[in-house]
Amino acid sequence: MSTMTRIYAPLGMLGYGFPEASLEAAVAARPDIFVVDGGSIDPGPYYLGSGASFTNPVMVHRDLSLLLPKALGLGVPLIIGSAGGSGARPHLDRTLEVIRRIAQEQGLRFRMAVIPSDVSPEVVRDAMRRGEVVDFEAGHELTDTDVDSCRHIVAQMGVEPFIAALQAGADVIVAGRAYDAAGPAALPLLNGADPGLAFHMGKIVECGAQVALPRASDGVLADVYTDRFEIEPADPEKRCTVPLVAGHTLYEKSDPYLHSMPSGKLDLHDATYEQLDGRRVAVRGSAFRPATTGSLKLEGAAFVGYRSVCIAGVRDPILIANLDEMLSSVRRKLAVELGGRIPAESYRLQFRIYGHSGVMGALEPELRRPDRRDPYEIGLLIDAVAPTQSEADTIVALARSASLHMGYAGRKATAGNVAFPYSPAEFPAPPAYEFRIYHLLTGIEDPEAMFPITWEDVDGEQ
Amino acid sequence: MANSDAPLADLAAIIRSKNAGPFRLTLDVIFDDEASFRRVSASGVLARERIAELYAIDVSDVTDHTIYPEGRAIKATIVRATSSGSVEDADVYGCQQHAPLLTIMVPPAV
Repeated sequence: MSTMTRIYAPLGMLGYGFPEASLEAAVAARPDIFVVDGGSIDPGPYYLGSGASFTNPVMVHRDLSLLLPKALGLGVPLIIGSAGGSGARPHLDRTLEVIRRIAQEQGLRFRMAVIPSDVSPEVVRDAMRRGEVVDFEAGHELTDTDVDSCRHIVAQMGVEPFIAALQAGADVIVAGRAYDAAGPAALPLLNGADPGLAFHMGKIVECGAQVALPRASDGVLADVYTDRFEIEPADPEKRCTVPLVAGHTLYEKSDPYLHSMPSGKLDLHDATYEQLDGRRVAVRGSAFRPATTGSLKLEGAAFVGYRSVCIAGVRDPILIANLDEMLSSVRRKLAVELGGRIPAESYRLQFRIYGHSGVMGALEPELRRPDRRDPYEIGLLIDAVAPTQSEADTIVALARSASLHMGYAGRKATAGNVAFPYSPAEFPAPPAYEFRIYHLLTGIEDPEAMFPITWEDVDGEQ
Repeated sequence: MANSDAPLADLAAIIRSKNAGPFRLTLDVIFDDEASFRRVSASGVLARERIAELYAIDVSDVTDHTIYPEGRAIKATIVRATSSGSVEDADVYGCQQHAPLLTIMVPPAV
């Protein structure tokens, strides 16, 4: 293998921004490739379910306007994984639009590989019939209804499509939903690196400068050798430390030692971490355990209903002491007055009580303190999810007016129960989605076949 | 330090919760010094059964539990009550569910 592959990961998520000075420093270090992970499932089901973009398009344009010409200028590839956040077709397309626009704006020419990650419902259903779709965490076996209910279904691609695109000479690779370490690991693996080191490095760098201090949205450089990888922040003023690098494997994972991935497991039981100097860390001993056949993680989010919300403040201490009772009265009134028109089973109405149980619900430890005192102020969030927007709006409007006027024991403040910050007091929210598909597609013999590559010669000078 | 209980919050550098995928919540307690890490690891205050009690779940719903010396950390993962962003969810990222850990008192080191 070539003795060392240098990866530059400019930031943890495209659109979050990074200092230009860090980019300049990284460019001066002459990396062999730029890799950015675009995505995450963290922000919840709305983005995958609806096709909407999680990151701000202006900021994505800003980040790519800086990165693209630098990579091309160095003659090194740029990889974007999990494009657009969720990595489904609309997210991928939006990223491609930004890239083409930047090419026009800056007169750039390059060969672009596009690797979608969308999986058709038919492929999923065939796999279900063969018993190849496995529930590993969602807590339910996948049903046909689940598959039908998700407008977008994606599979997290592994490293193979990225390697194929690099081998075929791509300057820019834009991929749909991808395993987070796949993009960063591709070039080192192509250069003969040990897969354990390549994937462990990939997992760390895809988060950008999360392993660096002082904390900021910024990049890292990783050098992959035959027996180790070394990692440092792109910003010469920042430092990577052993606790941060070793601790990274704890983040958002269930098991710090064993990570499942499409083609096997990353085994960190024997990984060691060394502080090389004030700002560089070396990692050795990470191992890869290949599986006999591959598995791909499928993701899909289903539309649940239309939502409306109302936010209000409560300041009266007598009401705060009797809030549960007052809200129960509101529910009873709604059940009676909506009963014929909007059956109770068709909608879900919630009162979230901030300052009390809004964040933890019944698990709130403060509720069990013997010396507990009521807060002097409560934030009341009313929301309803219903089959139509009109119904959601109606339910919340009625809940709002009932909450404003409902009597309760000992009331003195008879002019109104709640303080609305806004007129209108309630407003439609984006629709509600939920994760319905989070299952493994097993028995994958040909990981490249699932993710066909299309090629585009982008010419911004035309 | 030696003779009385100490709040976990005084001994740990990081106490946090976060989603590990949409259906799991992972809890991390990370220490800056070996002595505190060993004291808390040995005390059992973050054992599976204690986590299950704090989060009002079955022990079987504590799906992973690891002592991680390389990171001076103790990690436990539990099944989320509802999936991230579902209608009844109150914390899409799962990052504000660590308050029960802040109530833990740690006995003196043995």
